[in-house]
Amino acid sequence: MIDVKHLSKSFGDHLVLDDISEHIYPGDKVVIIGPSGSGKSTFLRSLNLLEEPSAGTITFDGVEITDANTDINAVRRKMGMVFQHFNLFPNMTILRNITLAPVRTGLMTQAEADQAAMQLLRRVGLEEKADAYPSQLSGGQKQRIAIVRALAMNPKVMLFDEPTSALDPEMVGEVLNVMKELASDGMTMVVVTHEMGFAREVGNRILFMDGGKILEQGSPEAVFGNPQNPRLRDFLSKVL
Amino acid sequence: MELYEAWKPLLREGSATFLQEFYVKFYQAFIEGDRWIQYFKGVGTTLLVTAMALAIGILLGVLVAMIRTAHDQQRPGKRNPILGLVNAVCKVYVTVIRGTPMMVQLLIMGFVIFSSSRNYNMVGALTLGINSGAYVAEIIRGGLMALDPGQAEAGRSLGLNYADTMRFIVIPQAFKAILPSLGNEFIILLKDTSLITVIGGKELVYAAQAIYGRTYEQMFPLIGVACIYLLLVIIFSWLLGILERRLRQSDRR
Repeated sequence: MIDVKHLSKSFGDHLVLDDISEHIYPGDKVVIIGPSGSGKSTFLRSLNLLEEPSAGTITFDGVEITDANTDINAVRRKMGMVFQHFNLFPNMTILRNITLAPVRTGLMTQAEADQAAMQLLRRVGLEEKADAYPSQLSGGQKQRIAIVRALAMNPKVMLFDEPTSALDPEMVGEVLNVMKELASDGMTMVVVTHEMGFAREVGNRILFMDGGKILEQGSPEAVFGNPQNPRLRDFLSKVL
Repeated sequence: MELYEAWKPLLREGSATFLQEFYVKFYQAFIEGDRWIQYFKGVGTTLLVTAMALAIGILLGVLVAMIRTAHDQQRPGKRNPILGLVNAVCKVYVTVIRGTPMMVQLLIMGFVIFSSSRNYNMVGALTLGINSGAYVAEIIRGGLMALDPGQAEAGRSLGLNYADTMRFIVIPQAFKAILPSLGNEFIILLKDTSLITVIGGKELVYAAQAIYGRTYEQMFPLIGVACIYLLLVIIFSWLLGILERRLRQSDRR
């Protein structure tokens, strides 16, 4: 579904991604773990071109998105993204946060989008917040809305960039539950996270990144139960 | 009136009391020959020139800020050469305007570029508008850049194009943030209209100069004019404060 070939990215002299090749299959739940500064967020953000790769190609559904002539907006409509800091639009109601993109991109009429949004809000138990503003919501509620907002575009893949890192501990569960539900519905997901429990439970493939490279990957059982790479062992001993 | 006629000779003799002298000079500065009408006309011109300059300034400022931000936010490797050229023009404009005194700009516009024009107020408004545009552009650009980049990223990641992201997400939030600076720029502009007297603009200071040119008494007209400016600025600051409060309220409904 997403094919990454020889992807490199540098900020000035600093090489953040070092020649990464990887394939994400439909229905995959890929969880990327690694120490901070390892390049995992940059890798994720490259997948929908929020970061422009310095070299290499990324192909999504047969379209080479790194090609300068590709309509990147059309590609992004099929890739939902959830950010660490939610990035809800504070100047709009929750309902408008969710319906803005589907309506403006011509995917739905306002009435259809409203209906779809309410349905999604019911799924995450926040339908009574439709007319509230983001500043009136807790962190966990904001992140659930952010997930709903991305889902409203009917994406084929969802990218999560440390979705629970900015949350108070007691709110992590509600967000992870929504993500687990999404995973069990068969959504293709790429998740950067520090939640090892979630990685083990939901991921079908774990990628361990450090120094801009994928150093080890495999099933959760293999990565957590029998880590081979010394740096992965070191990392796991610190976080588990 | 009778008091004025009675006390005026005393001044010439040098035997007037302080109160009598104050009254006579005040009368000369504001009342004799209905001179207060001249101040009123001056205020009218001042406000008209301010409004025109403000309109030109905001128009230019928005345009320049949009061009410069759009240029800076292009995808690397996908730069538009025309935008690059226009951006360079904008940069020169901001540099030249901010790098030269307003007074010199006025003199150049009035006596060199539009030396044949008799419409001094228009030339003054145009010059002030062009000047203000450079500052407004930087204020707007600052507001657009100060907004959390995550906001634009969220818009783009949903598949919205650049124009929609700016229109619905970035600009409404940036506007609220820059309103105090814009208000400040507006107040500076209002006071700077006093400079257009040097090219013959007939605003408030011109009225004062015309009057003390006849009475040879500068204090009252000048202090009077200062008070009028102060009053205008206080009124507009108050109105801006109301606007700011109303915009802030919509944040926390």
